[in-house]
Amino acid sequence: MITAALSGGFIDAPVQSARAFRAILEAMARPGTIHPVDGAAAPEPLSVAASVALLTLADGTTPVHLAGGANSALVRDWIAFHIGAPLVAAEAADFAVGTWQDLQPVTRFRIGQPDYPDRSATLIVEVDRLVNHGPALTGPGIALATWLSLPETEAFHANRALFPLGFDCLFTCANRLAGLPRSTKVEKL
Amino acid sequence: MTDQAYNFAYLDEQTKRMIRRAILKGIAVPGYQVPFASREMPMPYGWGTGGVQVTSACLVPEDRLKVIDQGADDTTNAVSIRKFFQRTAGVAVTEATAEATVIQTRHRIPETPLHEGQILVYQVPIPEPLRFLEPRETETRKMHELEEYGLMHVKLYEDIARHGTIATSYAYPVKVEGRYVMDPSPIPKFDNPKLGQNPAIQLFGAGREQRIYALPPFTEVVSLDFDDHPFEPSKAPHDCDLCGARDSYLDEVITDDRGGRMFVCSDTDFCAGRQADGHRGRLSAVEAVQ
Ligand SMILES: [Zn+2]
Repeated sequence: MITAALSGGFIDAPVQSARAFRAILEAMARPGTIHPVDGAAAPEPLSVAASVALLTLADGTTPVHLAGGANSALVRDWIAFHIGAPLVAAEAADFAVGTWQDLQPVTRFRIGQPDYPDRSATLIVEVDRLVNHGPALTGPGIALATWLSLPETEAFHANRALFPLGFDCLFTCANRLAGLPRSTKVEKL
Repeated sequence: MTDQAYNFAYLDEQTKRMIRRAILKGIAVPGYQVPFASREMPMPYGWGTGGVQVTSACLVPEDRLKVIDQGADDTTNAVSIRKFFQRTAGVAVTEATAEATVIQTRHRIPETPLHEGQILVYQVPIPEPLRFLEPRETETRKMHELEEYGLMHVKLYEDIARHGTIATSYAYPVKVEGRYVMDPSPIPKFDNPKLGQNPAIQLFGAGREQRIYALPPFTEVVSLDFDDHPFEPSKAPHDCDLCGARDSYLDEVITDDRGGRMFVCSDTDFCAGRQADGHRGRLSAVEAVQ
C-alpha cells in the first residue's frame, strides 16, 4: 500500500462526517441545491465531493462499484484502507462512482424491490460543471421549480417513471455536490 | 462541554452511517418506511429512542437544538433528551422555535411556522398506519406495495357511520405525494395541515419498530377524507386563556378541585412569545396575581 491510499481521509471523522451528511441531506432533500463539502480527498480522478460522499455513506456493509476511470489501483487502495467496502459489479452496488458516461448503461443499477424500494443504488456522478442552469426540476423538496446542469434528461425521465422504484443520484464537481432523488421530475428546457 | 467518554452525538460512526443511509432513502421515497437496525439507547423506548437516533445522525456541532414533548420544552422527557445531546454533542439548545436548527418532537408540530434549513424530528411509537387493520408486517408491506388502501378508507367511513364524523383525532393518516399512506405520529389532526408544503425537512424515527421515514420540504401531504366528509383540523372551541390566541392548539388544564379549568396553548414557546408581545387571555390577570 502506498502513501496516496493512506492520506485523504477525515481527520476528525465524527464531526466531519456529520457536517458532510448534513450537506448531503440538504442536497437530497432539496434537489437542485448545490452544497460545498470538504475534509476528504481520494486519489485522482475522484473529486473531493465524491470522496466525502463515499467516506460519509459507504462502509464494509455497502458494496461499491467503481466505473471507468474511477476504477484505478490508487482509488481501490484508498477505498480498501479508508472505507473497507467490497468492490462489485454495477448490478450489485449500493454506491457507484464515475462520470455519467462511465456509468452507462444506468439501467444496470439496482432500483429496489416493489416491497423494499429502499434497496436501490445511489450513483455518485462526477461532472465537470455543476450550476443551476439546464433541465427543469420539480417535485418533493422543490417549492416551485429549479434548474440543474444534468448530463441528460431521458435517463432521469425513465427513472422517475419507475417511482417508487429507481436509483438516486448525487452529482459531484470539485468540492460541491447536488442531489437528484428518483422522486424528481426532470424536463428539458 | 462534550463528554469525551462518548463518540460525537453518542452513536458510533458505523451506526450513524446506517441511519444516514436510511434517512436518505426515506427522503428519496417520501412516506415510505425504511427499515433500520435500531440501537439500544441509554433511555427507555417510550422516551423516543427512534427520534433520538435520527437526531444523533443529523446533528452537527453548530446546531441549536429544541426538544418538545406535547408542545412543552420543560417536561422530564424533553429536558432529558436536550441534556443528553448537550452532553454528547456539545450543541447549543433553545426553546425558541424560530432559533432552532433541529427540533425533536413528541406529538406536536410547533405553531410558529418552520423555515428552510430546519429539521423536525418526530418520535414515533407505531409507524405503520395499517397496523390496526392488519397485524402482519408481510401483509402491510404488500398493501403499501399494491397501494391497497381501501381498508383504511373503510375504517374511517365506519367512524362516520357510527359517530357521524371521523372520530380519529390523533395520528390521523395522510397520503404522501399521491402514493404512500403514512402515520404522522400521534400529533393532533389539528397539526396535519402543517405536514404538507412545509419548508423544513421532516424526519420520523420509530425505535422499537425500527423504521425511519421522511417528508422532504414542499411535499404534498393530504389527510385522508371523503367528498361528503372533508377533513377538518379541529381544536377545542376556545381562545388561549393566557395569550388569547384563537388559532393555536389548546390543552385543557384543571386549575382546582372545584371543577375550575382553563385552556392554554399546548406550544409553551408560542404562548410565552405572544404574552411577551403583550397579548392577553381571559385569565391573564388572575395569573399575574398568582
Ligand atoms: Zn397561549
